[in-house]
Amino acid sequence: MSLLLLQLFNGISLSSILLLIALGLAITFGLMNVINMAHGEFIMIGAYMTYMIQGLFQKMLPASAFGYYFALSLLVAFLVAAAIGWLLEKTLIRFLYGRPLDSLLATWGVSLVLQQLARTIFGAPNVAVKAPEWLEGGLAITAELTLPYKRLFIIALVIFCITAIYLYLYHTRGGRSMQAVMQNRGMAACLGISTGRVDALGFALGSGMAGIAGCALTLLGPIGPSIGTYYIVDAFMVVVLGGVGKLIGTVAGALGIGVLSTAFEYTTSATLAKVIVFTLIIAFLQWRPAGLVTMKSRALD
Amino acid sequence: MMLQSSGTKTKLILSLVLLALMLLAPMLLSEFRLSLLGKFLAFAVLAMGLDLIWGYTGILSLGHGVYFGLGAYCMAMHLKLAASPDGLPDFMSWSGVEQLPWFWTPFQSAGAALLLAVLVPVIVAFVLGYLTFRNRIRGTFFSILSQALVIITVTLFVGQQGYTGGTNGLTNFDTFLGLKLGDPSVKLMLYYVTIAAVGLTLLLSLWLASSRLGKIPVAVRDAENRVRFIGYNPVAYKVFIYCVSAGLAGIAGILFVLQEGIISPAQMGIVPSIEMVLWVAIGGRATVIGAIIGTVITNAAKTTFSEAYPEFWPFLMGALFVVVTLFFPKGIVGTLQELADKWRAGRTRSTQVLGSKALAYSEPSKPQ
Repeated sequence: MSLLLLQLFNGISLSSILLLIALGLAITFGLMNVINMAHGEFIMIGAYMTYMIQGLFQKMLPASAFGYYFALSLLVAFLVAAAIGWLLEKTLIRFLYGRPLDSLLATWGVSLVLQQLARTIFGAPNVAVKAPEWLEGGLAITAELTLPYKRLFIIALVIFCITAIYLYLYHTRGGRSMQAVMQNRGMAACLGISTGRVDALGFALGSGMAGIAGCALTLLGPIGPSIGTYYIVDAFMVVVLGGVGKLIGTVAGALGIGVLSTAFEYTTSATLAKVIVFTLIIAFLQWRPAGLVTMKSRALD
Repeated sequence: MMLQSSGTKTKLILSLVLLALMLLAPMLLSEFRLSLLGKFLAFAVLAMGLDLIWGYTGILSLGHGVYFGLGAYCMAMHLKLAASPDGLPDFMSWSGVEQLPWFWTPFQSAGAALLLAVLVPVIVAFVLGYLTFRNRIRGTFFSILSQALVIITVTLFVGQQGYTGGTNGLTNFDTFLGLKLGDPSVKLMLYYVTIAAVGLTLLLSLWLASSRLGKIPVAVRDAENRVRFIGYNPVAYKVFIYCVSAGLAGIAGILFVLQEGIISPAQMGIVPSIEMVLWVAIGGRATVIGAIIGTVITNAAKTTFSEAYPEFWPFLMGALFVVVTLFFPKGIVGTLQELADKWRAGRTRSTQVLGSKALAYSEPSKPQ
C-alpha cells in the first residue's frame, strides 16, 4: 500500500514540475501560437537567479536570514524572467506572429545565445543551490513512506500558481481580454482590446512562470546552462496532450504524463518508460488529434 | 528543357557553377578539407530532402536527425560487422551480449545494409507521417511530435548499449566491399560518389518540384483546406513527400558514415536536427539548390569559427537563426532570385512605361 502511495506521490511530484514548466508554454503557445523554444532558457534564468540570490544572502546577510532567501528568489526569478520575456516579445516575437514555424527557429536561436551567455557568465559546469533549512527533511506518513518537504513545497507552489493564473484568466479584466484574444484575435481587436499589449503581457507572464519553475528546480538538483533542454520537449508534449487553450487540459496532460512516466519507470526502465509514454501520446492523438481538452472554435485554419 | 520562369534559369546557372566547383575541389583543397567538403555534401542530400518537405510542403520536421541517423546506423552496422573478425562487434562482448542479435544479421550483407539504410527511415517516416497527417495534426504540433521522435530514438540508442554501442556509437570501421576506407584513393572515390548523389538528388528534387505531383504539395503548403475542397487527398501527398525526404536523409547517412567513420546518438539528437533546418533556411526555402549552398556555407562557417573561437559559434549560430528568419526568410538563393527578378523587371519596365504612356495618350479619344 505504501509502495503504491509512494509511486503516486512520485508521479504527482513529477507532474507538478512538468506542469510548472508547461504552464508558461500553455500561455505563450495557446495565446499566441508561438513556439517558444527559448522557454527552457527562462527556466535557466530563474534557476541562476536563485543561485545568485543565495550567494548574495550568504555573503551580505547574517546566517539567520539565510532561510528566507528562497522566498525572495521566487519573486526575483519571476520578475527577471518576465522582464526578459517582455523584452523578447517587444524586440523579436511580435514580428513573427502568424509564422509559428519561424517563431520556432528564431526562438531556438535565442535559446542558443542565452545558453552560451550563461556558460560565459557562470561557467559550463553545473552549480548547486543550497536549499533553506525549513525545506530539509520530510513528512513521515508511515515507517517506509516519507514525503520530502521540497517536493511537497513544489506541489503547493504549483497549486498556488495555477490558482493565481486561473483567477487572473477568468476573473480579471486583463485575463478576460487575454481569453478573448486567444479565441478570436480579429474580433477582440475590433472590440477595442489592444492585442499588442495583451501579447506582450502574455509572453511576459509565460516567461515569468518558467522563471518560477527554474527556481523550483534548484531544490531538486544542480543546475547548469542546458537545464532547459532537459525539460522543453516534455513540456511541449504536456501542452500537445492537454490541448491548446484551456488550463485544465494542461493540468490533465501533466498529471497523465507524470504519473504514467513514474509508473513505467518503476515497472520497466527509465529509457523504456520514455519510449512507452511518447508512443502512448502519439497513439492517444490518433483518437483525439487536438488533445484532451480543446477550445471550440469555428475558425478554419 | 523549357525555361519559363527566371527562377529556373537562375537555378540552372547556379547548378552548373556548383557542379564545376565541386568537380574542381579535389585539385584545390587539401585531403582534410576535401573530406570535410565530402561530408558537407552528404548533408546537402539530406538538406534537399528537408527542403522538399519544409520548403515545398510547408511541414517543418525537426526529426530529420533520426532519419539521417537510422541510415547511418544501418550502414555502420554492416561496416562494424565487416571489421569484426569473429562476427561479434567488440562493444557487444564488453556489454555481455554473446550472440549477434537477430536484427543485426541482415547487415552481414552489404546490399541489404544499403537497402535497409533507405528503407528503415522511409518506414519510420511513413508510420509517423501517416498517423499524424491523417488526423490533420497541424504544423506546429507535427514539429513537436517529430521532436518527440528524436527523443525516443536517442534515448533508445543510448539506453540499449549492448545492441547499439550506446553513447559512443559505432566506430572503428575498416573496409567496405573490400575497399580500405582510410585509403586516399578510396576517399576521393567516395567524394565523387557523393557528388553524384548530390547531382541525382538535385535532379530528382527539381523534377519533383516542377512536376504535377510536386505542385500539389505546394498547394497544400499554401492552402491545405482548399486543396481538400477541390477533391485532392493531401494526406497521400504529404506522406509521400515526407517518405522521399526521409529516404534522402538515409542516403545522406550512408555517405556520411562512409566518409566520417563514426556515427553516434549525438549526431541525430535535437540540436543537429534543428541545425539541419537552419541549413535550408540560410540557403533558401523552396529553392532546392539553396539547400546545397546553405549546407556547405553554414558547415564551412561552423568549422572555421569553432576552430578559431569555440565559444563564439553558439552566439553566431543563434544570431543566424534570428537574423535569417527575421530579415532573410527567403535565404541566399531566394534573395538572389528576387534581386535578379527586380533587375529584369527594371529593364523591362522602361518599355512598359512607354507602352502605358502611349495607351494614356490614346485614352481621351475613347468615347466617355
